[in-house]
Amino acid sequence: MKEERDVLEKTVASDYKYGFVTEIDTDVVAKGLSEETIRHISTKKNEPEWMLDWRLKAYNHWLKMEEPKWPNVHYPTINYQDIIYYAAPKKKQTINGLDEVDPELLKTFEKLGISINEQKRLTGVAVDVVMDSVSVATSFKKQLAEVGIIFCSMSEAIQNHPELVKKHLGSVVPMTDNYFAALNSAVFTDGSFCYIPKGVRCPMELSTYFRINTENSGQFERTLIVAEDESYVSYLEGCTAPRRDENQLHAAVVELVAMRKAEIKYSTVQNWYPGDDQGRGGIYNFVTKRGICSGEYSKISWSQVETGSAITWKYPSVILKGDNSIGEFYSVALTNHFQQADTGTKMIHIGKNTRSRIVSKGISAGKSQNSYRGLVRAGKNALNARNYSQCDSLLLGDKCGAHTFPYIESKNNTAVIEHEATTSKIGEDQLFYCRQRGIDTEAAVALIVTGFAKEVMNQLPMEFAVEAQKLLAISLEGSVG
Amino acid sequence: MLSIKNLHASVEGKEILKGINLEVKAGEVHAIMGPNGSGKSTLASVLAGREEYEVTDGSVKFLGKDILELSPEDRAREGLFLAFQYPVEIPGVSTVNFIKTALNEKRKYHGEEPLDAVSFMKLMKEKMNLVEIDKSLLTRSINEGFSGGEKKKNEIFQMAMLEPKLTILDETDSGLDIDALRIVASGVNKLRDENRAIIVITHYQRLLDYLQPDFVHVLLNGKIVKNGTKELALELEEKGYDFIKEEQNVTSAI
Repeated sequence: MKEERDVLEKTVASDYKYGFVTEIDTDVVAKGLSEETIRHISTKKNEPEWMLDWRLKAYNHWLKMEEPKWPNVHYPTINYQDIIYYAAPKKKQTINGLDEVDPELLKTFEKLGISINEQKRLTGVAVDVVMDSVSVATSFKKQLAEVGIIFCSMSEAIQNHPELVKKHLGSVVPMTDNYFAALNSAVFTDGSFCYIPKGVRCPMELSTYFRINTENSGQFERTLIVAEDESYVSYLEGCTAPRRDENQLHAAVVELVAMRKAEIKYSTVQNWYPGDDQGRGGIYNFVTKRGICSGEYSKISWSQVETGSAITWKYPSVILKGDNSIGEFYSVALTNHFQQADTGTKMIHIGKNTRSRIVSKGISAGKSQNSYRGLVRAGKNALNARNYSQCDSLLLGDKCGAHTFPYIESKNNTAVIEHEATTSKIGEDQLFYCRQRGIDTEAAVALIVTGFAKEVMNQLPMEFAVEAQKLLAISLEGSVG
Repeated sequence: MLSIKNLHASVEGKEILKGINLEVKAGEVHAIMGPNGSGKSTLASVLAGREEYEVTDGSVKFLGKDILELSPEDRAREGLFLAFQYPVEIPGVSTVNFIKTALNEKRKYHGEEPLDAVSFMKLMKEKMNLVEIDKSLLTRSINEGFSGGEKKKNEIFQMAMLEPKLTILDETDSGLDIDALRIVASGVNKLRDENRAIIVITHYQRLLDYLQPDFVHVLLNGKIVKNGTKELALELEEKGYDFIKEEQNVTSAI
């Protein structure tokens, strides 16, 4: 109740709230991309030989690839030689507790409203904070270790659990998958690794906050979550980036593996800097996210609230390989000013009796372009596969665009695939109705948009839903004239 | 409380209201009757501040303020409530959430703290009983899939929650069966007191049987052409609007 009030009150504030820069010593590798850069990264991270080989293989493949041109987005050519591929906060010493963490860093977290102490104390959420590519602090590790859960940075996983990393890294998103995935495979600096052993239900929501901090540093996260038979995990990913005038490339890869009867719930709130109201600056968010339901009766659910980035290109997908497995995708994508989003999902039905559900809510304001692109494929052995897709678009004003590109491929006639799509505008009648009750236009828009996105919001864990709702309101400031 | 003087208003260049004069005092119930197209709903819209309508002449004072200068939301916050003829659906927004937002916006305007959850629930319970509305209706998306009666009842519930000084019921009786009409009317009656005024816009006598207005005005072709008491409504019911039209023709012929 109070949160809803906050949302309305914040609609009057106007600047990108997270536009500040933290000053801490940063260890930076010179700009540009070459074999040498990759060797450098690998050495810095003290990686084993196999990891370096893997990176180099990806790099050589990437050299032969071309940037995809099919998304409904437009941006100037990216100069890959003008990007810093490695920037790690300099470590003073080994960190044993939060009190040893750089105070500047802690201040940053406080500004973001994610003070780790608070998080720990109040919510019981374990936070693995990735700042400028290297995990600085990991909390709750001990408690998780007691039930056998591994939750650490990808760098640590490579050092301490090489057999698990070797087995699963690239198993869902091969290094050759697409241009940005290949780039990520070559130069990824860090990310999160999570392993839930057989039969374990993760006792808390696992959460990672990502931040891009050093100017010009592309951020290449690599996340891998493996859920063994009959295990469960809910993972929260939230992003806020400081204000920048130059475009920054963010090309992450997230891989999820769900074994027999395992369930992975992956929630994202994305509010990278979207650029200013003239379309200057902002993050290019080119992400490959994919999960595989490899075992029977497994389930993967993606929930996302996307309000940030100048350009978003992302299709969290599920490969439904195990019989009776379930894939879900719940998305709210909001674009304002000159933002462009081409987002959606892929549900690849391979096993029998597999089911998938897609609920996509696109909100366009200003001069933005918002596209839903989704593929539902039922293979020839995917007997009785079921899909239900619902794609709704809401337009604010008449200078923005909403597009829907549903692709359906069915190779067997027992599959049932349903697709529903609607496009609506916030009506003058709705606004007047609200205003006649004393709710001004901005608050009315926030109310209507929140209502529109409700079905997806309900999928988010509580504390995330509150933040997401605030973000929607903040992102729409000044969008109704 | 409300003083309308020589009000002229047009929509898309077409004059609809052609010099309305009306005085409403606290505690009074006024009925405005008239045939289709006479300008009844336009009057309601102009008072509420709908932007498609352009006021070309005249003045409207509400509690001493020139409300034509105020935005629709500020008029509402000052205590003007319009019960809509066609209440709008807002998918995903429950009546509870909607009315809480509205109530707190109003409180903020008057420099009051937002109502805490407990007090809000208490107030809601009290008003729910008053207008005989079911709680399940209030947790659903506002007006979405509501029957005609439910929509109108919901409007009266909102009125009860917001406690306006002046309520305009815009054809609240349209589309209601006799039971719904009775419930809606009894809700309105319970909300009557000496500090509040109500303007009932209607076609028919039947709502007035329940509401017992103090004054009845007949609107014809953008003007109030006849003023009277509730007996006038009965006469209209009996004779139709034609007799007034004829009277008008006679007068204009002279």
